[in-house]
Amino acid sequence: MTMRLYLWQRATAALMVPLVLVHIAVIFYATRQGMTAADILSRTRGSLVWASYYGLFVAAASIHAAIGVRNVLTEWSPLADRRAGLFALLFGLLLAVLGARAVFAVVLP
Amino acid sequence: MLAELSVSLWRGGEDGRYETYSVPRRESQTVLDVVTFVQRHIDPTLSYRFACRVGVCGSCAMTVNGRPRWTCRTHVAKVAGSGRLEIGPLENLPVIKDLATDMEPFFEKWQKAQGVFAPSKTRHDEIEQIRPDSPPRRAVDAAIECINCGVCYAACDTVRWNQDYFGPAALTRAWTLLNDERDAGGTARLQAVAGAGGCHACHSHQSCQELCPQALNPTAAIAGLKRRTTAAYLKGEIKA
Repeated sequence: MTMRLYLWQRATAALMVPLVLVHIAVIFYATRQGMTAADILSRTRGSLVWASYYGLFVAAASIHAAIGVRNVLTEWSPLADRRAGLFALLFGLLLAVLGARAVFAVVLP
Repeated sequence: MLAELSVSLWRGGEDGRYETYSVPRRESQTVLDVVTFVQRHIDPTLSYRFACRVGVCGSCAMTVNGRPRWTCRTHVAKVAGSGRLEIGPLENLPVIKDLATDMEPFFEKWQKAQGVFAPSKTRHDEIEQIRPDSPPRRAVDAAIECINCGVCYAACDTVRWNQDYFGPAALTRAWTLLNDERDAGGTARLQAVAGAGGCHACHSHQSCQELCPQALNPTAAIAGLKRRTTAAYLKGEIKA
């Protein structure tokens, strides 16, 4: 792994620590309060805060996972570094698109 | 104590096989004693490497019952409770013949990691005063007693998966030099260990520190390199 990839993976991991904790707390809160989907959507739709929060989460997870997949491929598969990098980039983009769709679904008014 | 040991030894090159021998069990017997007995009394064509027999030279490391060990200081009683021993060449290195591996890739990576002292003074300068209790010198002390046996290199999963990876010993050597206040090769060394095959490839599995016969902790040294290279990169002293 190169220095740059190492830093991106560590930085996104550090960023996701608080994001995951808040995410879990939100899940607990929503289930304990017995909130319905409509209740949740009424709070998230049009919210710049939730859009930023989960947008950042999706971006961080996509970068972090793609670098990890690249490492797995370079070490455990016969793919050369370049091809593994390309595959990991596509994987990261797929995660980003799927994640963005989910975020848009709950925050767009 | 059993009267006889059943000993399987690797014979041949990369495509060799294990052959089994019966060796008398002795008091305080080491694994190296067992190998030596086979060569002296059963099959003189057995190839293996050793020199000092007292844990100083680092030349007798082999795979013993699945784990890399220094055979001269490994007692049979410690590793062969069942009376069976399987001894092979070190993993992650090319096999020359029988129990002897080619250590060239191991030492080539020391060169790649810039594991060579770069003097900062000439013989005409005064001798540098190094305080034994200074933090850099303490860091050196914790990592300096490597005997180049290759046990950590053979134990390392990352070396197995990534042929470019320098390995724990070479990176530990780089770490001791980075903490050597007399050394002038710091930036070039940081650049070398931050590149492909360098410290950032380490997964911190810690097999190196578990099996190092000198009880060193290469994982800690590599973690130090990760911190030091990251700081140097963020300051613009090295390139990605």
